[in-house]
Formats: sequence, C-alpha cells, structure tokens
Amino acid sequence: MSDLTRKTAVELADLMSSGETSSAEITQAHLDRIAATDTAVHAFLHVDTEGALAQAADVDSRRAAGEKLGPLAGVPLALKDVLTQEGVPTTAGSKILEGWKPPYDSTVVKRLRAAGIVILGKTNMDEFAMGSSTENSAYGTTHNPWDLNRIPGGSGGGSSAAVSAYQAPLAIGTDTGGSIRQPAAFTGTVGIKPTYGGTSRYGLIALASSLDTPGPCARTTLDAALLHEAIAGWDPMDSTSINQDVPPVVAAARNGDVTGMRIGVVKELGGEGYQPGVGARFHEAVELLTKLGAEVVEVSCPHFQYALPAYYLILPSEASSNLAKFDAMRFGLRVGDDGENDAEKVMSLTREAGFGDEVKRRIMLGTHALSSGYYDAYYGQAQKVRTLIARDFARAYEQVDVLVSPATPTTAFAIGDRVNDPIAMYKNDLCTIPSNLAGNAAASFPVGLADEDGMPVGFHVMAPVMRDDLLYQVGAALESALADQWGGVLMSKAPELEVTR
Amino acid sequence: MTVVADVLPIDEALAQYDPVMGLEVHVELNTKSKMFCGCPTEFGAPPNTQTCPVCLGLPGALPVVNARAVESAIKIGLALNCEIAEWCRFARKNYFYPDMPKNFQTSQYDEPIAFNGWTEVTIPSGDGETETYRIEIERAHMEEDTGKSTHVGGATGRIHGASHSLVDYNRAGIPLIEIVTKTIEVPPAKAAAVARAYVSMLRDLLLALDVSDVRMDQGSLRCDANVSLKPHGSSALGTRTETKNVNSFRSVERAITYEITRQAAILSTGGKILQETRHWHEDTGITTSGREKSDADDYRYFPEPDLVPVAPAREWVEEIRATLPEAPPVRRARLQTEWGFTDLEMRDVINGGALELIVKTVELGVDASAAKKWWLGELARAANESAKELGDLGVGPEEVAEVQKLVDEGALNDKLARQVFDGLVKGEGTPAEIIEARGLALVSDDSALSEAVDRAIAANPDVVEKVQSGKPAAAGALIGAVMKDMRGQADAAKVRELVNSKLGI
Repeated sequence: MSDLTRKTAVELADLMSSGETSSAEITQAHLDRIAATDTAVHAFLHVDTEGALAQAADVDSRRAAGEKLGPLAGVPLALKDVLTQEGVPTTAGSKILEGWKPPYDSTVVKRLRAAGIVILGKTNMDEFAMGSSTENSAYGTTHNPWDLNRIPGGSGGGSSAAVSAYQAPLAIGTDTGGSIRQPAAFTGTVGIKPTYGGTSRYGLIALASSLDTPGPCARTTLDAALLHEAIAGWDPMDSTSINQDVPPVVAAARNGDVTGMRIGVVKELGGEGYQPGVGARFHEAVELLTKLGAEVVEVSCPHFQYALPAYYLILPSEASSNLAKFDAMRFGLRVGDDGENDAEKVMSLTREAGFGDEVKRRIMLGTHALSSGYYDAYYGQAQKVRTLIARDFARAYEQVDVLVSPATPTTAFAIGDRVNDPIAMYKNDLCTIPSNLAGNAAASFPVGLADEDGMPVGFHVMAPVMRDDLLYQVGAALESALADQWGGVLMSKAPELEVTR
Repeated sequence: MTVVADVLPIDEALAQYDPVMGLEVHVELNTKSKMFCGCPTEFGAPPNTQTCPVCLGLPGALPVVNARAVESAIKIGLALNCEIAEWCRFARKNYFYPDMPKNFQTSQYDEPIAFNGWTEVTIPSGDGETETYRIEIERAHMEEDTGKSTHVGGATGRIHGASHSLVDYNRAGIPLIEIVTKTIEVPPAKAAAVARAYVSMLRDLLLALDVSDVRMDQGSLRCDANVSLKPHGSSALGTRTETKNVNSFRSVERAITYEITRQAAILSTGGKILQETRHWHEDTGITTSGREKSDADDYRYFPEPDLVPVAPAREWVEEIRATLPEAPPVRRARLQTEWGFTDLEMRDVINGGALELIVKTVELGVDASAAKKWWLGELARAANESAKELGDLGVGPEEVAEVQKLVDEGALNDKLARQVFDGLVKGEGTPAEIIEARGLALVSDDSALSEAVDRAIAANPDVVEKVQSGKPAAAGALIGAVMKDMRGQADAAKVRELVNSKLGI
C-alpha cells in the first residue's frame, strides 16, 4: 500500500470503510512519520502514542461490530496544546503549566472523541498563543517543513507544520488574530477561523476571550470542512457560543461553484507593503475567480487601518485578566514555596519564572490599558474602533458575499528574523485581525509559491457571521482550478523532508 | 498587636457630629447550584468537595450564568422598588487573592441588574410610638462569592502570625447579591437603630421572597457598614471607614455606635480618620484596623468577555413582579384588619418582633388574640430574660398552637399553659411530656370537683346567702375558693357550672 501519510482524511476514511486498512495501521503510520521527522520539525510537544493507538483500536472494533461511524472516524489528528484533553499534558506553550494534566476534556476534544477522530498528541505554539512564529514557545521553535530555516507561522505553527509535514492529515488550531490562517498561509495548507461562537471555547486556555476561536487545519478544503462540521455547533458550556445550526460547510466544500458570487477586494488591505510574490499570487487568484464566474469589485473598509492598534489594546487587556489565574495556588508551576515566603511572594516568583517575555509584555500592556484613568483612552477607545470595524464589514457585505485579501504581507520569514522587533511581528496579522475583531468567519487557502523564495502564499477569504460555508465554496473553487495547474494540491510541490530515525 | 482606640461617649459624640452611613449587604442566594457552574451550594460540606473546573478557575473553563440567580436578583430588585435593567453585563473585578480562583471576581460594575430603589424601616421611638424612615437603594447587583481561607497557626485566626492557610473552594462561586444603600440620612441619634432595623427588615423581606436562607451565623447575610462623621451643620463629608464582619442585627447597631464614638474621639482631639476597612469583634465590641483603603484602589473593571449580556425580557420581569409577596407595610395593614388589633396592639407586635411568628401561629388555627397573648406575654418575657431573639427561644408556632389547642379543649387553663411554656423554654420536652412530668393536667374527675365545691359552699355560708339573695356575681368567691382548693388544676368554667347547679341558680 502506498504511504498512508500522503492520503487526505477523506481518502483514509474511504480506505477504512472499504476495509483496505484500519485506524490502527493509519495511526501507526503517522506515529512513525512523527518519529521520523519531528526531530527536524518539532511540531509536537507531546505525542500520546498509547492513547492514540487505544483510540484507533476502539474505532476499529466499533467498525468491526458494524457500528455506524462518523465520516472521519479513525482518522488521526494533531491537537494544538492550548485545548485541554483529560489526563494528557497541556502547557499552552508555557513553563507555568509544565506537567499539568487537565482533569477534563475541552468541548472540542469531546466532539473529536464522539466523531471517532484519533488524537495523536499536542502541538507546539507560541506561549499562550502570543506570537506569529512559535518562537515564543517555552519549548523551542517549530520549523517550517517547506524550509527548516524558516518559521511555520504562529501561534499555531505546530498544528500547520504537522499537517504540512504529513505527520497528521488534520489538526486543530485556535485563531485570536490569525493564529490558524497565518500558519496555514506559511505552510501551504488550509486554515479556517470559524465564526466566533460557531465553535466552543470551553477548555480552550484563554488568550483573549472575545477573540479566540478554535478551527480546523488540513491539506484540502473538504478535509477541513469535515473537521469543521465535527467540532462546530452550540455548546451550553460556552455562553458565547451561537445556538444555531452549523452552516452547510461540507456541501459548500463539495460544490465549489462561484458563478455569480460577488467578491470584494478590500482596498485597505491592498496596495504597498506586500512581498512581490504574495501580491502576484493574490492577483492571479482574484483573476482566476473572475474566470470562474465570480463578480469581483473593490470594497472600502476605512476603519481597518485602526484594527491593529485596537487589537493590541483589547487582546492584552483581556489576556492580563485571563492569565491572572496562573498563580501557583491550584495547578501548574510553583516557585519559592519554602515555608518562609508568603502566598503573594510565591505567586510573584512563580509568575516571574513561569511566563516568557512576550507574555509579560502583554500582561503589562493590558494591565496599564485597563487602569483607572487610562481605561477610556485605551480599552474604551479600542472597543469603539471594534464597533466601527464591524460596521465596515456589515456595509461591505451589503455589496458583496465575501471579502478577500492576501493572508499575510510576506511569506514565512527566517527563524530569528523578527524576535527583537515585536512591531514587525505584530504586523504579520494586519489582514487577519479585522475578522477576529468583528467575529466574522475567515480562512486562508494556498494559491501558489512566491517566485522570489519558493514559499507558499495564502489567499484570505472573509465571510459574514455564520456564513462559513461561503469560505469553503471559494476555497473549493480555487483548489480545483489550481489542481489542474499543479497536478494536485499545492502541498505536492513541497520538498521532501529528510527522514531521521 | 491591637491598639484600642479611645472613644467619646455616644451622647457627647452626637452632640458634636452627625454620622453619615451607607450599608452594603451581601446575600447568599439559596439556589441549588452556583452562580456560574452546576456545583451544589449546600452549607457545611467537607472542604473542596463541591468544586469543578469552572469554580476552581482551571485553565480553559468558562462560566455560564445561573438563570435562577438572575430571577432571584430581579425579585430582590423589585421588592426594593428598583428599576430592573433592560440590558446589563457582568464585569471582572481584578485583584489577586489565594481564595479567589481566577484572581478576578465576576461581578457587576456600572451596569447593575437593579438600581434606584427605596424601602422603609420602622423603629420604636422613645415614647412608645414608632417612626418610619425611607432608605434609598443605590443598586442591587449579582456577583460570585470567593473561597474561604482559614489561617492556621496564629493566635487570632487572622492571616498575621499564621504559619499557613487552608482554602476551601466550596464557597467559591456561590451566587451573591450585593445591596447597596445611598447615604442614609436620619436624625443622628437614630442612625444605629435605623441601620439595625434596615438589616432586620431585609432579612424578613428575603425570607418572604424565598431567595436566601438569610442565616447570619452561616454568613449567608453579611453587612458592611460605611460610617463617617461631619461636624453639626457642616456639609463637607468626613473620611469614612468600612466595617466588615458585622454578622448579627445587634452587631450592626453596636458596630456603628462604636465607630461613631471612636471617630468622634479622634476628630475631637484634632486627629484624622484613616480611610480603611475595619473588622468588628463581636466579643469585645470594638472594631480594629484592617486593610488601608484608598480611592486609588484599582480593580481594573472591564466587561466580562466570557459572558453574554443579561437582558431580562420585560414580560419576564412583570411575571416575576406578579409573583412577589405583598409589600410589608401593605401586608401589615391587611393583617391588622384581619386580626382585629388596635394600632397600639399592632405596634407592640411589630416592635416585639412577633409579627411573622403570629402569622405562622394563626395559620395553624390559633385565634390571633391568643397567639398575641402568648408571644408577647410569656414568651417575650422568657426571651427578654435570656437575651434572645423571640424566634430563637426553641419554641415555635407549632408548640404554641399545640398548647392553645389543649386550652381550647379544656385540658389546660391559662395558668397551667404558662407553666407548659416555661417547660418548653427550658427544653423539658414536648407539651405532652411537660404536662405529664409536671403533673399539670386539669382535674376532670367530677366527683373530686364536686366534693371541692361542697367544701367551698360549706365553708362560706355568707357568700351562699348573698348569691341566693339575688347577687349571682358573688359566686366568684366560691369559684376562687374551689380553684385554690384544686391548686388551679380545674377548668374554671366547669367549676362555675357546678356551683350554679348546686346553689340552684
């Protein structure tokens, strides 16, 4: 049998239902692939070999017993280390949670289990999802499988790297300002940020509560849609989750017809400042959509220019409060508990030792922005900007069905390139942040390689709240049209990783 | 180390200064589950057995609002004549403390669920009359309780000097309503009594609404008192202190009086009041300095992003309003009419704290006058002697009804009934057991009674002559003699009947 790790989730599911292979075999193949490649890539923080094989065996026996299983039953997946999984170490990329084993499953994990999806392990990320490169992980940087000297994007670089390194056909990421979409763009994979509230945050270790959204990562649009459907839907444990039917994402991914669809190119997310190859691939994709029958117009969203500063007030404000619970009292790291230091001192020593620089930077920013006397000027003003951005979207969606832009200003940059320039790092998320502020659905789809560096370029699509299906419709259209050019998905152009054992 | 401040006698203090008060009352709701999770709220469970990822603040856990708690908050708001917000949010109050799992308290800040209300309290005035004062309610808002810290190893049970602390998170996340008054402006000499009456009124109201157990001893109703003084005639407010841990009605009055006398002593010697929280000590009757507090305390409040706004539909609010028990003053007027009490009698009932007890006793079939007689008579006297609240005597409406039933049946007379109540107060058992043990049953043996009547007639020929010469009222002396002979254990009506028949009248 050809290499199981090269198959899509849909292909694997077919092989299992036809009895050609088992989840145990598929899971083992991916565990082997991780063992062979992860020394170089470092996508995983924890590989749950035993747990994964047990889940696989369970699915196989249920299938053998004739039980009706979900479309992704037995397919392996990589889980971002920010979601709790009972009994499995969960760190959010931070030293402060080293060794913590959550006593409960996140809703996403519960739904993965219910769908029979096999969880291979936990993937690397920037500490508490603060970053765009995984360089802020307390456990080392993940390398981009397309070029190991480059970052894979972040914060969910581990999930996207795992998918593009064929370590897993599927992965879960979380997107607060682009943490699913930017790594997807940088690794030539598909990354979806569902509508805020479309997927449950219960068990997602919060960065910014009003922005965080779990979502699917995959190598194809249809795989992403199937995973999306498995994890989405109302959750009574998350009061910000939306009590509506999941949009018809799978049907949209199978359809891929954009005839008559109105597509708006966001004026404010165009122009200067893009790497030439990124701009070139973006414009080609827009032309391609026109050829496929879409009506493309330019749309102005005047307040998008304020999105980045507003985001960097709202996010740190919420994060400064969300991260207060890491105090050594009930779980995780404890430093300085020598019988002499009082509780306050232990809290302070633990947080000093347990948090990295970027986390401390944002806690300080947020604490300041919420302080009395500054609240109105910072947090209050940022919330007003947020409202204006949501209005920009609403007006734009009166004219068009979806909005598009490049996913990122550049392709994946070299490791170490921007670690000392936080602002340059923050600008990575220029295109992706507005959707988080408005709670819209958005996605990045691979549209080719930049000529100058041969690295993947992502095409960014934004759709109204609970119209996630429109993303998949556009993604599927691009994917099938480009497959003719590439002779398959973009991933087929990725260089082979050197296998070490 | 505690420094006991000098105090100025209360009369001298009030001669120079006007107290300015505000009260914050925290009420634990009696909902089955916590404010933001499904954990049970039972009091007294072993430590840390009623917890889950949400109320422990574990990474990833999220709150969900308890709809029943919102309903209770609206009930309280309506009963205090508040406006109910059409839309309001929770907010995070950020500060670090080991018994606060998330290191922020989910509370409400500038958007409380209920606001702009008022209520009335009645206190006795010196001359046997009562006075009614209106208390303006600033707001009532929803929040969660913290865990409970126990400081071990120190002499005082306080954190200072303790070797370590234990935290019980069972209480973390219990729903609380905080009811905040506006500045209470009453004649200076009445301030402390009004404060006590307000808290007492709140307890009655919360019980009537059935939203809380209102057990001050278990901390389900906690009062913080803000007190400052200003010189007579001055409009400039003084520096205030916030006295915490005031956990009985009596303490409310005592603590406020103490703060007035303490602050007056400092001010009258040119000193300055420190803005701080102070702790009330029930045993010594003083307050001691707690944490220094300033207006610069910065809790960095911001809207809780994990919760959607609470927007109670107007129809729902009206439905809740329709289920509210009638307002206490309206109810009192109705009860007075039903019971046929005079204004004076009704005032005695209210001042004596007997209203609810009489209501319950009457519900058990006892005539209102009889109920009043026992509660304000024998039982009030017993409460007074033992310095207890009337409701804490160990004698309830059920016992009163049982005793009165025996009186109605002729098995006891009032004199014997009083002895039964004495036995009940002393914990001697049930009424039946006390009657048995003390030998209190009326003599119903007709022959014994008949012989006693015969003896009385024989011993009082002059009285018999008067009765037979047309003065039937004189028979009272014979009845008295029989009752004395029987040591009170006879039914007076029956004795009268026997005397009359033997004398042929």
